[in-house]
Amino acid sequence: MHGKVDVLIIGSGASGAAVAWSLADTKMRILCLEQGDWVKPTDYPTNGRNWEARLFGDFAINPNRRARETDYPINNGTSPIQVVNFNGVGGSTIMYTAHYPRLHPSDFRVKTLDGVAADWPVDYATLEPFFAENDRMTGVAGLEGDPAYPHHVLPMPPLPLGKTGKCFGEAMNRLGWHWWPSDSAIATTEYDGRAPCINLGHCTPGCAQGAKASTDVTYWPHALRAGVELRTRARVREVTVGPDGLASGAIYYDADGQEHFQPAEMVIVACNGIGTPRLLLNSVSGRFPNGIANSSGLVGRNLMFHPFAHTYGYVDEPIDGNIGAQLSLWSQEFYETDRARGFVRGYTLQLHRGAGTIVDAIANTARGFLPWGEAHHDVYRTLFNRKLGLSAICEDLPEEHNRVTLDPVLKDSNGIPAPRIDYTLSDNTKKMISHGVARSKDILEAAGAKNIGGEAPMLNAGWHLMGTARMGTDPERSVVNEWGRSHDVKNLFVVDGSIWVTSGGVNPTSTIQALALYIADSIKQRLANATLFD
Amino acid sequence: MTYGTLTEAEARDLRLLAGIMIPASSAHGVPGANDELIFADILQSLERDTADARIALKHLAGLAGSAFADLVPERRTEVAMRFKQEGGAPLFSLNRVVLLCYYRDDRVMRALGQEPRSPFPKGHVVEQGDWSLLDPVKKRPPMWRRA
Repeated sequence: MHGKVDVLIIGSGASGAAVAWSLADTKMRILCLEQGDWVKPTDYPTNGRNWEARLFGDFAINPNRRARETDYPINNGTSPIQVVNFNGVGGSTIMYTAHYPRLHPSDFRVKTLDGVAADWPVDYATLEPFFAENDRMTGVAGLEGDPAYPHHVLPMPPLPLGKTGKCFGEAMNRLGWHWWPSDSAIATTEYDGRAPCINLGHCTPGCAQGAKASTDVTYWPHALRAGVELRTRARVREVTVGPDGLASGAIYYDADGQEHFQPAEMVIVACNGIGTPRLLLNSVSGRFPNGIANSSGLVGRNLMFHPFAHTYGYVDEPIDGNIGAQLSLWSQEFYETDRARGFVRGYTLQLHRGAGTIVDAIANTARGFLPWGEAHHDVYRTLFNRKLGLSAICEDLPEEHNRVTLDPVLKDSNGIPAPRIDYTLSDNTKKMISHGVARSKDILEAAGAKNIGGEAPMLNAGWHLMGTARMGTDPERSVVNEWGRSHDVKNLFVVDGSIWVTSGGVNPTSTIQALALYIADSIKQRLANATLFD
Repeated sequence: MTYGTLTEAEARDLRLLAGIMIPASSAHGVPGANDELIFADILQSLERDTADARIALKHLAGLAGSAFADLVPERRTEVAMRFKQEGGAPLFSLNRVVLLCYYRDDRVMRALGQEPRSPFPKGHVVEQGDWSLLDPVKKRPPMWRRA
């Protein structure tokens, strides 16, 4: 039995770190439980010669492949998209690309503007100050003036254009299409004690330099200095409920498998769009037989990924290859709805650099380009460091049949039921994917690329996990209210991507964190006027 | 976590197969994937892919009708090419390990003009580029919808 805390946060990733830091100034006793470990900068693959090999081992993006003690298995069923994540301090920000767009104003008004899905109970203007605060805490690089967005100020200059960027820029200008240097959560100058990017290569498997803004190097140092406690190797099994119907704390297992009870005055769940519904559904009691906070039956439903349509081609002259951040440019040419395209909503195009020697070889083998025998060497040399890639990151509209449930058989190493995914692509998404592939081919052809191919949707690309505990004002149609509090349990909050109403067509981390800061601010305001649990 | 090891016979078959996948090339000045150092790395690096490798090698031996290594070279190549078509996911896993060991070998990397080193701490230089390329985009009116 541990001493009671005022605030118990479960999960230390993008949203958990932000909410912990924001609440720290209340001087409440705040504890965060994290199932994984701290990752030391010296642990990251780019410290060693085997850095690419580790992308297929202990730094694989798919937890089923990575299979660390700190991971939990996921039954992806027949889903055409598999869940990828990381479990540790910083959560999946440890292994994200740091591509950092915000949602657009129109993303919060999907029903009003396009007649589909539902509007959010918050809007861009409400979140704008929290976007700005999050950009400052995170350290975001980019270029002001993007015509695809409302004006916003960024703390650092953009990542370099490079040879690959020049190729893309010229092609996009030939077509007359929008492109812009991405908002990137990567330090391009000294920032808040972090060293600037030195182009170690792809940012996905963590940043040995510390330039990439994973929350272990952004929010957490500040939160810890402000008195927040972070307890690692603490895997939560369930949120408990007291006789008053309020959350009373959580039961977790430590690294030795010992069970603990951590009492709390309020509980904030920040375990991502898969981990959160898993935890809520596992939190069964007499009062909540179908899982805590689930009177609507919507916990786990409306799972949204961003289906990625990846298209590639090869130019004649060597370009950047794996040198530099993988993503530093985007196009929003096809973001806003144009019904003439045959679908509603839209997508961002991410413009990619290439890969290292090994990943290039493996990818080109998978594509059937790389032969066995004498010809292997010649063909390899015509492809290496010549790849241009694009990914259409497609908006995925919510559908209740796309869902997370508890697997009846599969369990993690502590015996906690694992999540099971049931997911299919909608017709709207399929049409959007086809459009994204066709426009990507146009760009590649404009760049003079050959051997054009692709994968759509990408199987191992379930990065963005949203919608499984959606927010709203109607308790029958949502799990949490407009400031993240459970409709059913007045001291239980959800702050991660689960609460998204619709997915937009951008990488979600920036908006997840802005929303977490907004919810933390809402909590603080209601603490101040004693209405938090009303 | 332990993943097991290949038997001597499996390792012998794999080494010959690796040499067919990526043979040495005097034209490019590179060893083959059956090179002693590279192959030792392959054996040590199977790890999570050991089970798939054993399935693949069993399939290969089945196609050979006996030990793949005991076939005459022409027949080995013939069987290997059929295996390439039929090997499926286990072969892809095995091929991946061969590639990830081959393309981190110092000699191979140097032949590709790559520095055989870890990315950190030296990093790389990416040219800043000419941002005037963005001028046409800067002239565009706002594209986002007011909501």
